[in-house]
Amino acid sequence: MIIDDDSLPPQPAPEEAWWRGASRAAVFRRGMMVAFSVPGLILLASAGGFGALANDAGFSLANAVFMMGVFFALPGQVVMLDQMARGGSLAGGALAVALTGIRLLPMSVALMPYLKGPRATRLGYIIAAHFIAVTAWMEGWRRLPRIPAEHRIDHFIGIGTGLVAATLFGTTAGFLAAGAVPSFIAAVLLFLTPVYFLVSLIATSSGLSDRLAIVAGAMLGPPLYIMVPGLDLLLTGLIGGTIAHFGARAWDKS
Amino acid sequence: MSELQSGWSTALILLAISLLVHEPWRWIGLFLGRNLNIESSVFQWVRSVATALVAGLVMRLVLFPAGALQGVSLGVRSFAMVAGVAAFFYIGRRLSVGVGAGALALAAGTLIIG
Repeated sequence: MIIDDDSLPPQPAPEEAWWRGASRAAVFRRGMMVAFSVPGLILLASAGGFGALANDAGFSLANAVFMMGVFFALPGQVVMLDQMARGGSLAGGALAVALTGIRLLPMSVALMPYLKGPRATRLGYIIAAHFIAVTAWMEGWRRLPRIPAEHRIDHFIGIGTGLVAATLFGTTAGFLAAGAVPSFIAAVLLFLTPVYFLVSLIATSSGLSDRLAIVAGAMLGPPLYIMVPGLDLLLTGLIGGTIAHFGARAWDKS
Repeated sequence: MSELQSGWSTALILLAISLLVHEPWRWIGLFLGRNLNIESSVFQWVRSVATALVAGLVMRLVLFPAGALQGVSLGVRSFAMVAGVAAFFYIGRRLSVGVGAGALALAAGTLIIG
């Protein structure tokens, strides 16, 4: 079952919106169903790739799944896996993981205004925070503005729970199937993630600053990756985002 | 460290590293964003930063791929990306169409060109 997910930019909800009269549990479950949508299946495939990698690196299945759950951010996991598999120092691994994690900061800042609402508690925020990785962030970004503030935290925690469940399943499947998938299929599965990220960015963009940010980020990313690997994503965001923001303002004024 | 890949000690190390150097970025982000107004200029800037960051990540995944995707030529990867975006724009603006077209283009390109 694949829910064909409509991807229009944030807009006012129609009158017959699904959340009307829905209980908190129903709003949460509705979020969890993301696991069966296109983004959920793509993340499942990515987690499968991670499971296969963890198997190659000599990890136990339990620890591969545990790592997926406690990090819930593939770049950090892959870096840590690589470091441990090579027998590198834990301090070096921790530093590399910290660098990959910095990118989560601006994403969290940008999502926070959409998580706030009358039902959001400190515990709710701490749980919601754990789900902030690109896919859940993207889905929150896309869906939360369309529903009332009171439902947002429950819905996002539902989205996160569904996606974590999908990745734990995907990691297990990938671990067990490692080596059995032809490389041609594996390549297509790996390719789903960047296509989904880009199309989703375009789908959720509204206004000149968003479009400029996509172009600036795409142009700055590769040279910065070559020049300053590790800090490249953060710098791409800061420099590209700043150029886009002020460029769009200057254009709007002229 | 070759014994580290299985067992409870590994689980504890992974938990410690995630809680000490990974998860705090998320907490700090939510803390910093707590008083941010969606209408404000600062929020618009943060939104642009996050968008540019993810766009940079996309380029990294396509131009400097890992694993099996390395076996696909740069031309085919780029073509498939463009095909996915074009399909999204021209066929109903649906996420599933864009992603599906990108994947199909990669598969077709790999089979025909290699």
